[in-house]
Amino acid sequence: MAHRLEITLKPDLFDPEGEGYRRKARDYFGIGLQEVRTVYILTIDADFSHEQLEKIRSEVFTNPVTQVSSYDPLPVEFDWSIWIGYRPGVRDNPGATAVEAAEDVLGIRLARGESIYTSRRYCIRSRSLTEADAQMIAGELMANDIIQQWKIFEKDHWDPKQGVGIIIPKVMLNHTPTVTTVPIDSDETLQRISDERNLALNPNDIPTIRSYFNDEKVRAERGEVGLSDPTDIELEYISQGRSDHCNHNTFQGLFRYREGGDGPEEIIDNLFKTCIQEPTLELKEKKDWVISVLWDNAGAGRFDDDHYYVITGETHNSPSNMEAYGGAITGIVGVYRDPLGTGKGSKLVMGGYGYCVGPRDYSGELKPRLHPRRLLDGVIEGVRDGGNKSGIPTPFGGVIFHPGYLGKCLVYVTALGIMPAQVDGAPAEIKTTSPGELAIMCGGRVGKDGIHGVTASSESFSENTPAGHVQIGDPYTQKKMHDFLLEARDEGLIQFITDNGGGGLSSSMGESARFSNGCEIELEKVPLKYEGLDQWEIWISESQERMTVSIKPEDHDRFMALSAKHAVESTVIGRYTGTGKLQIKYRGKTCAYVDLDLLTAGFPQWEFDAVWRSPADRGLFEPVLKPPKEYNRLLMDLLARPNICSKEWIARQYDHEVQGTSVIKPLVGKGRDVHSDAAVIRPVLTSEKGLGFAQALLPFYSAIDAYHMTACTIDEAVRRLIAVGGDPEHIGGVDNFCWPNIQYHPENNPDGKFKAAQLVRACRALKEMCLSYGIPLLSGKDSMYVDGHLPGAYGETHKVSALETIQFSAVGLIEDVKKCQTLDAKCEGDLVYVLGITRNECGASEYYDRFGEVGLNVPVVDSKAFLPMYKALHRAVIEGLPASIHGIYRGGLGAHLAMVAMGGELGLSIDLSAVPEDGVTREDILLFSESAGRFILTLDPKHQASFEKILKGMPYAQVGRVSADGRLRVKGKNGKTIIDAAVEDLKAAWKAPFAGL
Amino acid sequence: MSTIHALVLTGYGLNCDHETAHALELAGAKATRVHINSLINGEVSLDDFQIMVFIGGFSWADDHGAGVIQAVRMRTHIGEALIRFIEKGNLVLGICNGFQTLVNLGLLPGFDNDYKRRSVALIANDCGNFRDDWTHLWVNPDSPCVFTKNLESIELPIRHGEGKFYAEGPTIARLIADNQMVLHYALPDGNWAQRKFPFNPNNSFVDVAGICDPTGRVFGLMPHPEAFHHPTNHPDWTRTRESLRRSGKTPEEFAPGLHIFKNGVDYLS
Repeated sequence: MAHRLEITLKPDLFDPEGEGYRRKARDYFGIGLQEVRTVYILTIDADFSHEQLEKIRSEVFTNPVTQVSSYDPLPVEFDWSIWIGYRPGVRDNPGATAVEAAEDVLGIRLARGESIYTSRRYCIRSRSLTEADAQMIAGELMANDIIQQWKIFEKDHWDPKQGVGIIIPKVMLNHTPTVTTVPIDSDETLQRISDERNLALNPNDIPTIRSYFNDEKVRAERGEVGLSDPTDIELEYISQGRSDHCNHNTFQGLFRYREGGDGPEEIIDNLFKTCIQEPTLELKEKKDWVISVLWDNAGAGRFDDDHYYVITGETHNSPSNMEAYGGAITGIVGVYRDPLGTGKGSKLVMGGYGYCVGPRDYSGELKPRLHPRRLLDGVIEGVRDGGNKSGIPTPFGGVIFHPGYLGKCLVYVTALGIMPAQVDGAPAEIKTTSPGELAIMCGGRVGKDGIHGVTASSESFSENTPAGHVQIGDPYTQKKMHDFLLEARDEGLIQFITDNGGGGLSSSMGESARFSNGCEIELEKVPLKYEGLDQWEIWISESQERMTVSIKPEDHDRFMALSAKHAVESTVIGRYTGTGKLQIKYRGKTCAYVDLDLLTAGFPQWEFDAVWRSPADRGLFEPVLKPPKEYNRLLMDLLARPNICSKEWIARQYDHEVQGTSVIKPLVGKGRDVHSDAAVIRPVLTSEKGLGFAQALLPFYSAIDAYHMTACTIDEAVRRLIAVGGDPEHIGGVDNFCWPNIQYHPENNPDGKFKAAQLVRACRALKEMCLSYGIPLLSGKDSMYVDGHLPGAYGETHKVSALETIQFSAVGLIEDVKKCQTLDAKCEGDLVYVLGITRNECGASEYYDRFGEVGLNVPVVDSKAFLPMYKALHRAVIEGLPASIHGIYRGGLGAHLAMVAMGGELGLSIDLSAVPEDGVTREDILLFSESAGRFILTLDPKHQASFEKILKGMPYAQVGRVSADGRLRVKGKNGKTIIDAAVEDLKAAWKAPFAGL
Repeated sequence: MSTIHALVLTGYGLNCDHETAHALELAGAKATRVHINSLINGEVSLDDFQIMVFIGGFSWADDHGAGVIQAVRMRTHIGEALIRFIEKGNLVLGICNGFQTLVNLGLLPGFDNDYKRRSVALIANDCGNFRDDWTHLWVNPDSPCVFTKNLESIELPIRHGEGKFYAEGPTIARLIADNQMVLHYALPDGNWAQRKFPFNPNNSFVDVAGICDPTGRVFGLMPHPEAFHHPTNHPDWTRTRESLRRSGKTPEEFAPGLHIFKNGVDYLS
């Protein structure tokens, strides 16, 4: 019999959760609520005695100081009560810990099928609230119907004995696992089955698949193990492995690139090979600190003789777009498994984030599934819980608002780890599986979650996209596994390790078995959350928090003992072989038997037509704009624009100091409230060395040319690192591409050829920048279908494609963290310098965007000219000369002078006529052009001579002084003061937009 | 001087183990990271230690109240051993999630030698959110707390979602009367924050950031002293360095957060 325990705060205690909903109902919908109180519900579906129930109620689930509880509904007053619980099969993390606690305190184990479920009931006091309002609050604020269900009770219809009733979201499949054989008599049949089963097979792959299974030798071998035509599990394996997400078919594709309709055709065979792999291998030869690139879950660089750092970045866009919290927490927890699965395992030391969403105040006609405001709230909270509960600092990130992301949001998550250079006397970055070793699955159990997640993210989002691939990450389970696996690593027990991400066991076993050249899986051994999964579902389920590990048979007992100590489930699910075959058995019967090299051989390359049209050809031109007169007001308004204003509310929710490694925090300056250029940590506590980390996102420039978007993004990330003290000789990069669909289709994607050309150009810029700045690409990923189809005002749908977007992450080694620097002006009387040349480059700038203009003159990166200056600046940092350094980014010189002043809470007196420029006479362009390659720095006057000696020959100028009067004063070209504003007013304007969050 | 052995509790989602152990070592102790289950199954004995640190993190994901399930597990399996450990004159330090665990175990406030009764609580911040920020702390000079000896004030980071100190009136009155309130959130000028946000980041009653038992040997605090074990941990360090440079001085090498640990080690030495 099931029992329902209700728990709530004592009535005189403030309820922050309820208050949060009260505030949001007011702010988001204009609905006034008097009070919202939260009741926590545990539905205990277990055969407990009265004494047992009372024991867990009083000893575990009720705090006698602050809470009251009862197995009957609590008499909390309300006009409306909204109950919200999970749908069956959705990960209920607190439900799982409730089971743990109850079992521990009662000294029992729950029987199979017994469980505890959590839900909440919100008691709302508001006489005027209508049922429609209550529905809106439930469905658009408190719950998401993809993962949750709700019930609404009006005061008069509430049964104080029954309460919300007993609702048990238990999964009951009543299904006998079945392997189905799929006929392949024709391409059409297989295509039809692919469509029916949501396999997302590429039509071009179908003949290859058929010819493999029709091959006589293959059929003979299969016959010996009792197989004929392909089974569903085999086709699912192929579908996962061939998906764009896993196989990067787009980047490995063949591009026919032309500039203009009749330009000569260039063939680019494989963007990955030519623009990512080649330059990275070339740089690996030159840079001895590059340890491991291009094959593992993350790339590795040398931190010191005894440690390597690792880095990788991911996106989790489609799931976040549908269920923001669940998608984002799954994303961050998921990317943290990549370093854990790099080499023989790396400890996580830092995370980063980048969110691209529609305007937070969007009020247009299109109806995205989640309003950008709500979506961003959920994404922020998901990464917060995922990062904080993993015990990993999140010291850097950013947000971009643009209507293009209404169709699909982007959620970038980045992870850095550190590994010892050696484990058990062997190189830690090298791993392999060998025949005879045991294949072990560690961590979470397998359910229906996430099935077809990989293939869904390889398609555009539409109302037919299956919602079942949305999950909720469980950082608690993963943290236990993380601690366990690192201890096992240090004992030398791990031969190979990789994570179960997209594609689940299908990917992790497929990849790891390639090293030994074979594996044999006993699928019935895989621990399940509930019975009734088909074999193919077990094989490709993306249930989270799982790693696949290979160990030697003689290490089995020790490995399992450690696993038990850490309360982690580990199961031997098969063994590695050298047969060349992936063989899967279920209760002794073979249900898959394919050649391991099937996925790497014989499939046709994807092909794309790419036609570039220059911005001028596309009708772009510089706006006819006469200079403004009110610069004070203009600067204030630019500072308050969403893409420039303060996002302190996000940074403060993220633990950026756990592990005790913090050196440069996300918020710096006198008021500790201005966003730092980059983060620096000291990941090895006994060392004075550091890792700098920065990311950049500048998708706006893609409106003109994705080549320059890419170049500017990389340049910004590099300058961010240099600004805090990073060494230009040691910078590693991570490229994360998010692109709209590039496959041309006359009706569905008429500008596909142009988007393909943008991709080609972006990749070329990536290659050129990486080679000229000397940045090996330690890792990178792509997500190629950032489009959405949104309903409009009349039931029609609109395709909304995102701007072509790259997030570039840069990691740099810092020899001595005590040399690091921050952006805030520090002392009155210091000299202010601008380094780098300001050009007439307002194209796609924040300034032009203020007027709804795009323009033409996109910033151009001259890396050959910039790099010597970056190196000189770094020498000045090493000598301890600058008192502050800050890059000039979005919003230009004007916005970033304000940052330096706001950081120091000091005034600046600036003379624009001194700013190094190239043909720029207009003050608005000097102030708001977004030319790359520039810095602002302040300097103790006594260091002037030594500083200028180091910078000799570089474009730089002293442009003013730091003043004590707290005002930003800017003199124009003719000596007239054009800006004179109190720095505190600037800061107030900059902080205002998101101040209440 | 004999070596002081400190036990740093790990496992089940705790996460400040490495830096806590490092801070203890810098303070002169020999620190060992020990999984909760290694204590429970007897693989490691409390008898070998003089300091036990309940560290920060998210034990059991903070589900069902921060520190609640950790306290239940510890009480169920080694409750008596913990009390014996204290009674032997050893030290117990609870930081953040560790503080939450100590109050849920009843090791704090420990009135009348009763180390089992829960009478204070740490509940959700009024701001409704997890918050990471540095706080100014006023140290009660009359507190018996051995960890804060000779400290008048200190700056430390807080990083929590459930740090609001709450107790009923009589309990609060007694904690004040017995000087068991050790740390109070303060303004930069040193005066108590008077529950003003963000100086009091969670709206703790009486601005409380940390309390001790009547002996002063059991201490719990929400701020993280182990996260200030290096001068560059402080948010103003580049600013302080600059002003020191101008006056020809070099920055302090010893990070103030270490005082808390060093006081513990010195007390036992």
